[in-house]
Amino acid sequence: MNFDYAPAPESRDLVTIDAHYGLFIDGEFVEPTDGTSFKTINPATEEVLAEVSEAGPNDVDRAVRAAQAAYAKVWSKMPGAERAKYLYRIARLIAERSRELAVLETLDNGKPIRESRDVDMPLVSAHFFYYAGWADKLEHAGFSDAPRPYGVAAQIIPWNFPLLMLAWKIAPALATGNTVVLKPAETTSLTALAFAQICQDAELPAGVVNIVTGDGATGRALVEHPDVNKVAFTGSTEVGRQIQRAIAGTTKGLTLELGGKAANIVFDDAPLDEAIEGIVNGIYFNQGHVCCAGSRLLVQESVADDVLERLKSRLTMLRLGDPMDKNTDIGAINSPAQHARIAELIAAGDEEGAQRWTAPCVLPDKGWWIAPTVFTGVTQAHRIAREEIFGPVLSVLSFRTPEEAVIKANNTPYGLSAGIWSEKGSRTLWMAERLQAGVIWANTFNRFDPASPFGGVKESGFGREGGRQGLGAYLQREVR
Amino acid sequence: MTTTWDGRTGATALRQFLHALPGVDEVGAHGRAAMLSSRSIKADAKRRAIDLAISMVDLTTLEGADTPGKVRALSNKALRPDPLDISVPSAACVCVYSDMAGIAREVVGDAVHVAAVATAFPSGRAALAVKQADTQDAVQRGADEIDMVIDRGAFLAGDYAKVFNEIVDIKQVCAGAHLKVILETGELATYDNVRRASWLAMMAGADFIKTSTGKIAPAATLPVTLVMLEAVRDWYLATGVRIGVKPAGGIRTAKDAIRYLVMVNETAGPEWLTPDLFRFGASGLLNDLLMQRQRMSTGHYSGPDYVTID
Repeated sequence: MNFDYAPAPESRDLVTIDAHYGLFIDGEFVEPTDGTSFKTINPATEEVLAEVSEAGPNDVDRAVRAAQAAYAKVWSKMPGAERAKYLYRIARLIAERSRELAVLETLDNGKPIRESRDVDMPLVSAHFFYYAGWADKLEHAGFSDAPRPYGVAAQIIPWNFPLLMLAWKIAPALATGNTVVLKPAETTSLTALAFAQICQDAELPAGVVNIVTGDGATGRALVEHPDVNKVAFTGSTEVGRQIQRAIAGTTKGLTLELGGKAANIVFDDAPLDEAIEGIVNGIYFNQGHVCCAGSRLLVQESVADDVLERLKSRLTMLRLGDPMDKNTDIGAINSPAQHARIAELIAAGDEEGAQRWTAPCVLPDKGWWIAPTVFTGVTQAHRIAREEIFGPVLSVLSFRTPEEAVIKANNTPYGLSAGIWSEKGSRTLWMAERLQAGVIWANTFNRFDPASPFGGVKESGFGREGGRQGLGAYLQREVR
Repeated sequence: MTTTWDGRTGATALRQFLHALPGVDEVGAHGRAAMLSSRSIKADAKRRAIDLAISMVDLTTLEGADTPGKVRALSNKALRPDPLDISVPSAACVCVYSDMAGIAREVVGDAVHVAAVATAFPSGRAALAVKQADTQDAVQRGADEIDMVIDRGAFLAGDYAKVFNEIVDIKQVCAGAHLKVILETGELATYDNVRRASWLAMMAGADFIKTSTGKIAPAATLPVTLVMLEAVRDWYLATGVRIGVKPAGGIRTAKDAIRYLVMVNETAGPEWLTPDLFRFGASGLLNDLLMQRQRMSTGHYSGPDYVTID
């Protein structure tokens, strides 16, 4: 029997989206001084969802001064146990409103509702719960006996996990006693603005969290503001370099979480069915818009044909389409710019002679979509094996021995994550010791937990988010 | 592949084959099962899934207290699950102990299958001759499906050849009746064992592989069924032959049943969505399917008094 799942759309009535949003500065929504705004679009339908304000240098200055005042007058004086209460309150409010936030995220970002509901939102509230617990225990975190926050943290986050990246930034910053000015990505501001409302509902003191929306210019003004004490950025390696240049010679602290080109390494003794799921989850989860995506599949030659056959047959089962449908596996590409970037690299793969296979799925007429794509016959010299595509495109390479797997996996300027699939524990440990990556998964991929530190080596950045280590990004280095 | 694995060479070859099958990562299997459980089946898809599930039920009674009257009642229910609505399909099968097979057959005629649990069900602890006699008796009484249990003791002791040969020996006396091989996955404990037992049973000639007797907890679970569905899919890729899967025990609600159907659809494939290749071993499940069906046609929930108890 052909079992066609009927449409199962999540209700959009769960959210109210305002026609226009101001900037969240000093506990209130305010209009930008020069009054400019931009549109935020549902990438699955091209529908305009709202107008969002663009913060200019004056607005950024207002936000930084509000954060500075809140730090000096309230937040730095508040005992950790009291800060924790606010964080717990925020965590609870997020959990209570998770359905609504999931819908909003899916509308603005294009990711499937199943993912925003089952992955993003649970992790967002978990992150606040986790760091709430640390707020009154900082002296036991292994950094110093009297750990000191930086003051004002400037935080710039990407569009791939909008609210989750906000949580990764704001939760540890507030737990350690910093105040923040956060700039969401310009294509995905809405959940950050909903978070601003949650801060109001939680009665968080004014100025502790400020949210300035805008594009790269807003981000630059924020990073370069002289009263910012700490910069935390997640995004591309190129922008990361610009930020590092911009703050060189200042006393600003910096953590960067940048690009990746992770190797997902499948040995011939892998648990194959789960490895196939891990490959799919590694590169097609969130349309491949994942900095730690397993974009290079390194598969042992002795099982390569079998793995590819199973993978392709699995990919034909993926359901691409309306992100609001609860059964959708692959949603929309977040923006036309990203779509163009992915298309360009797919074309480069074709030109350089790799063999392309595309999952047979019908792409909707409106919005931006890319069907799951697999390139075989890829070599280390191909662009698609070297550059971060940030889309649902897998480059398949093969290897013969563990040594070769390590060399190929490490042969990239990036070093964010890696995956090892083997039932042999000793080999997994041998590999993990040699792989140059901040995060290494064994028999799983793209698994996150607030208690587990995340971050890169090499050109994937420095600093950790999550876990006890994540506190270190927001505490000043003690000079003894 | 119905030859037995004789002698030390055969036994060693069989063991090497089974141990070379890819392992199952438990966390990954649970994750996959949980993801498939989150599918949302609504409207028309749900209506069709409920009817399909009804047509896949092996309506089961396996109690010491079973009487001819009870079996007649159950057989009638299998024929006409909802006496007030003739559009409801029949169940696939009535599943009883072998001495009751004749009574079930009298009632259902050729309209539904009659399965008998044979081979010293549920423990399987008896001599081969006794198990064969049990099987022959069931077939003579009219059973056209035999649900046999494997010797879990022999399996856990690593004596795969013994388990294999016993399945072959039972198949020989089935006289054309379909053979369902119960792995009793709750006693095999690991997913690696479930995968090995699935392959072993298929190689020995099983027409169906079945999770459980229903007498041991845990009985059927989604992850166990996932591993078995992967096994029949891989067997099909290797041989071109489709083997059926029957989760049994513990599946009580329409919602559960639909989760299994989703898993069948996305693991083995839509070709398996037929009573010839997928069954539910259950008793209470049928009534929940009927109540859900009534709700979908009338728009409101009925109650347990609107479905027959057996």
